[in-house]
Amino acid sequence: MHEMSLCESLIGVIEESAQKEGFTKVTRVRVEVGRFAGVEQSAMRFGFEVVARGTLAQGAVLDFVDVPGSAWCFDCGRTVELENRLDPCPICAGTRLQPSGGMEIRLKDMEVI
Amino acid sequence: MCTTCGCSGDGATIEGGDHPHPHGGAEHAQGHSHGHAHDHPHEHPHQHEHEQPHPQGGARLDYGGGPARAHAPGLSQARMVEIERNILSKNDAYAAGNRACFARDGLLALNLLAGPGAGKTTLLVETLKTLQGGIPCSVIEGDQQTSNDADRIRATGTPAIQVNTGKGCHLDAHMVGHAVEHLGVNMGGILFIENVGNLVCPAAFDLGENKRVTLLSVTEGEDKPLKYPDIFEKADMVLLTKTDLLPHLDVNVEDMEANIRRVAPLARILHVSTRNAQGMPQWLDWLMAERRGLLDALAAQAQARADMLRAAE
Repeated sequence: MHEMSLCESLIGVIEESAQKEGFTKVTRVRVEVGRFAGVEQSAMRFGFEVVARGTLAQGAVLDFVDVPGSAWCFDCGRTVELENRLDPCPICAGTRLQPSGGMEIRLKDMEVI
Repeated sequence: MCTTCGCSGDGATIEGGDHPHPHGGAEHAQGHSHGHAHDHPHEHPHQHEHEQPHPQGGARLDYGGGPARAHAPGLSQARMVEIERNILSKNDAYAAGNRACFARDGLLALNLLAGPGAGKTTLLVETLKTLQGGIPCSVIEGDQQTSNDADRIRATGTPAIQVNTGKGCHLDAHMVGHAVEHLGVNMGGILFIENVGNLVCPAAFDLGENKRVTLLSVTEGEDKPLKYPDIFEKADMVLLTKTDLLPHLDVNVEDMEANIRRVAPLARILHVSTRNAQGMPQWLDWLMAERRGLLDALAAQAQARADMLRAAE
């Protein structure tokens, strides 16, 4: 549900960049989405299409780059890569894990005119 | 457009009328019940430190806004531009501004998160009744519609302001910054920010709070922490509410706690009931201890800075 707000922030970042870099049209946007970022990609795609209307990013292709999730295991004290938030620690099978990476949503780069 | 920060609004409104979002640059027509509103248009100092200064003119800002007016014909060569910026960087900058304001005022700010109906407002009302006269408290209430919750808080004599997010599913740092300006807070007080009832979206938005408190009522079932881990993950305190109902439920409270520990291993867990006052003393003790710890830390920082300045004399 908050994907719409994220898209508005994304457009904000794009427009600030447009002022700085002096471009007027965006044709492709690459966004890094962490495994644990809490983002539904299809909802974000939908939101982007709606929010980008009438902006310099209208019609731009939105690409996602998946960033793997990592977490700190309280049982074995190591940082491990995790596929799913609730998976046990792949090393010690512990279940108390705190996500430590893959929580960000970043605008990586854009193709602009 | 808001002349304070240029925000153009997305349907969120802050009660009190002085600064309703959106106001579209036109007259402030709706929702003003008091006559002076038009006489002091946004002269309050904007307290956030804007790391991203609001661009003037056609650029678009946070919540909502129109299309960019930039237009520079002649360029046709496509190129790649590296940005590498967190999409929430703007919210995070507002949150940092809020945090600096809270620190300046020695304010303990708490972000209260839960699904609708977990008992956030009821817990607040009972908490405020007890703290009354001792610690200056204030409350920001976030809901999509109505000022019912702020009305309930104000009935206790505590200053409160309602933020209606309209279609929005969460509070963001920008809304909180404006709400604080209108609310007025007391040095060394506690600011309770009751987020929109929602177990999903509010988790992603830092408001500048010192601590996060997530509530889960025992009627919601054991597996909520596993279904909605994000809202529990960053909690400093998880309150299991309505524990007076446990005798009437099949819920296994040990499983519930185990599930919370699984997603939030560091969070403290308390059982509370406003009906029979279970856990309320411990909750109040925690609030006091957090406030004391914050004030001590801020005082130590100020002292260290004073020492440094004296040494430079």
